Amino acid sequence: MSATAPFIPTGAGSRPVRVAPVDEVALEARAAVLCTRSIKTTSKRAALHLAIRCIDLTTLEGADTPDKVASLCQKAVRPDPSDPGIPSVAAVCVYPEMVGHAVDAVAGTGVAVASVAGAFPAGMSAIDVRTADIADAVRRGADEIDIVLNRSAFLAGDLGRAHDEIAAAKEACGPAHLKVILETGELGGYDQIRSASMLAMAAGADFIKTSTGKIPGAATPPTMLCMSEAIRDFADQTGAAVGLKGAGGIRTAKQAWHYLVIVGETLGQDWLTPARFRLGASSLLNDVLLQLGKLDTGRYSGPDYVTVD
Amino acid sequence: MTPPDNDPRTESFDLDYAPAPQSTAVVDIADEYGLFIDGDFVESRSGRTFATTNPATEEHLADVAEGSKDDVDRAVAAARNAYEGHWGALSGRERGKYMFRIARQIQERARQFAVLETIDGGKPIRESRDVDIPLSAAWFFYYAGWADKLEYAFPGRRVAPHGVAGQIIPWNFPLMMAAWKLAPALATGNTVVLKPAETTPLTALLLADVIRDVGLPPGVVNIVTGAGATGAALVDHTGIDKLAFTGSTEVGKRIQRATSGRRLPLTLELGGKAAHIVFDDSAVDQAVEGIVNGIYFNQGHVCCAGSRLLVQESVAEEFTLRLKRRMAVLRLGDPLDKNTDVGAINSAEQLRRITDMVDAGVAEGADLHQPACDLPERGYWYPPTVFTGVQQSHSVARDEIFGPVLTVQTFRTPQEAVDKANNTPYGLSAGIWTEKGSRILWMAEQLRAGVVWANTYNQFDPASPFGGYKESGFGREGGLHGLAPYLRAAGRVA
Repeated sequence: MSATAPFIPTGAGSRPVRVAPVDEVALEARAAVLCTRSIKTTSKRAALHLAIRCIDLTTLEGADTPDKVASLCQKAVRPDPSDPGIPSVAAVCVYPEMVGHAVDAVAGTGVAVASVAGAFPAGMSAIDVRTADIADAVRRGADEIDIVLNRSAFLAGDLGRAHDEIAAAKEACGPAHLKVILETGELGGYDQIRSASMLAMAAGADFIKTSTGKIPGAATPPTMLCMSEAIRDFADQTGAAVGLKGAGGIRTAKQAWHYLVIVGETLGQDWLTPARFRLGASSLLNDVLLQLGKLDTGRYSGPDYVTVD
Repeated sequence: MTPPDNDPRTESFDLDYAPAPQSTAVVDIADEYGLFIDGDFVESRSGRTFATTNPATEEHLADVAEGSKDDVDRAVAAARNAYEGHWGALSGRERGKYMFRIARQIQERARQFAVLETIDGGKPIRESRDVDIPLSAAWFFYYAGWADKLEYAFPGRRVAPHGVAGQIIPWNFPLMMAAWKLAPALATGNTVVLKPAETTPLTALLLADVIRDVGLPPGVVNIVTGAGATGAALVDHTGIDKLAFTGSTEVGKRIQRATSGRRLPLTLELGGKAAHIVFDDSAVDQAVEGIVNGIYFNQGHVCCAGSRLLVQESVAEEFTLRLKRRMAVLRLGDPLDKNTDVGAINSAEQLRRITDMVDAGVAEGADLHQPACDLPERGYWYPPTVFTGVQQSHSVARDEIFGPVLTVQTFRTPQEAVDKANNTPYGLSAGIWTEKGSRILWMAEQLRAGVVWANTYNQFDPASPFGGYKESGFGREGGLHGLAPYLRAAGRVA
């Protein structure tokens, strides 16, 4: 089966979902128009607050330590220490080894703990190893699990395997939410992105996510639009609402705003909530805080007026 | 660790766009405008004027001189003098020099042109800024390049200008239509009397200002504003050597009748009722986007608007659903707002015409759908409209509406799609939506339309010829083909 097959299997008993082709030129043109929308001043604060509420504040470094994670968690709960009116982010996102520290740090605050798992970021380990990795992260207390699509199987045309592995990961998650990273920069085109989106949703993903943040090609407006359209199709065909997470290269409040517009105009305002929309980022939060400061003071003050983490 | 005071997780969010109005400070609209004859703005002989208004607000913008028969006479005489005195003998290189200057001036004053176009005509600023004005400049640049290369355009033949060209243009793309007409005429060495539409004269008059600024010799371009009678005076004038008209098929036919019996080369670019043909394998979301742009672009005031959607029956229901959902997020309102997708209807008269034709469609039994949208209280507005359950015999599927009204019909096979698409007195354009390349080529051969777009719509380039079959007119504008109507054969190269 090719990577752009019109049907994705959804397992025994359920109906297959249909995958629509994508026209690259028109998709990019539409995304460009959406990126020119300008926001009302009165709702700018609400939009910036929403952006914060949708952030998965992330640190995924080999050099992460318990203290570094504790610091990130503090920032996640109280992004601006001087202003308790600023909401917490949706979640912190860490490696499995750090989950326990994060769980302790955010306990009782409403901030969720997400963990990448399943041999992140390449996913090139045996499926048993990957599911064990997932189960381990859940055992440590992760509320949400971010795994990667098996791009090797997907690009080789083995859609059945790519699908079944996600289904296995979903099972290993138990009560935890599953986010499936497509790593769109490696898929080779929008047709493949749309197809992989449908595959991941059909296999049980609660969220589909653009990127690991580990390769150059990451979230872009047309990619987010393409995935939004797939989510809309999946909801039309199955009635299930799947969330969208953009990650990689999202650094400015303006980019966050573009993604809110793309999701809002494509999927509707029902998707403009942390339950269905996330932005995986680290430096985005401070730009949003500085923009909020600008609403109050008229000045964009600068990086030394917000905490580094 | 203390959580924040409030719990904003349940806070609702309304995706509320800001009014982002384009500043109008760049335009300075005078109270009165004269006719542009022989390099100067002059009053009409009759002293009569007509008002031009902003269709989005009904605000009075300016009084514009109404050209009479006498004025047309003066303008044709000025054009004749300019042609015989200087312009006709000028080298192509010199003509090109003036045209390059005009093109650059349009670019330099692009903001001013765009804002004025939107104020006078009602189209969204996003379109005047991104489409009308850049294409107008591009047309002058392109034809400026031909001015000194005409001997290569028609190998083996000598060509010469006709002399004085009369040109009559419509209100849907006021400056762009002026550019489409003037650029090839000037490149080939003709002089011109141009009559802009009565509801949208202001950008043509701003172009007159540019023409004066760049030092184009007096009389080479004359602009006579007015309504139908002014146009008729130009059509009937025996001093013109060439006539080009863009507008409705009805007026085009009248012009053809009026000029029969005269040896007057004629170009007509008239109406259309273009079909969009959507196959079940199309890139469906982008096809929806293309259909929406094809019909709601410029409020459907486009001769090549894709006003008939033919969709393969197997996906018709799903496609219509997607279309309606997309229509629900079209933003209608202040044309000067950069977030606006659909602007104002150009005139009260056009609004009446659209309303009447839609009423007729409802009376004939087609199913009307219009998304909920607040129409501004003042001005001329019509919501994006789609008719489903339409049959080939319905008037809304046969007559050109020239408004934001789409009809949806179904087909089963490619041949049936071709038969239905071609079953119209018009033949200006068509759109094909499929991922199958071989089918695109087959369809393009079968469709009797001057332009066939595949997986896109309303794409224009000065290098590409444009024009119709059947009652959509004859003659081509754009490209090498667009030079021919402004030239006559003058023997073979020795």
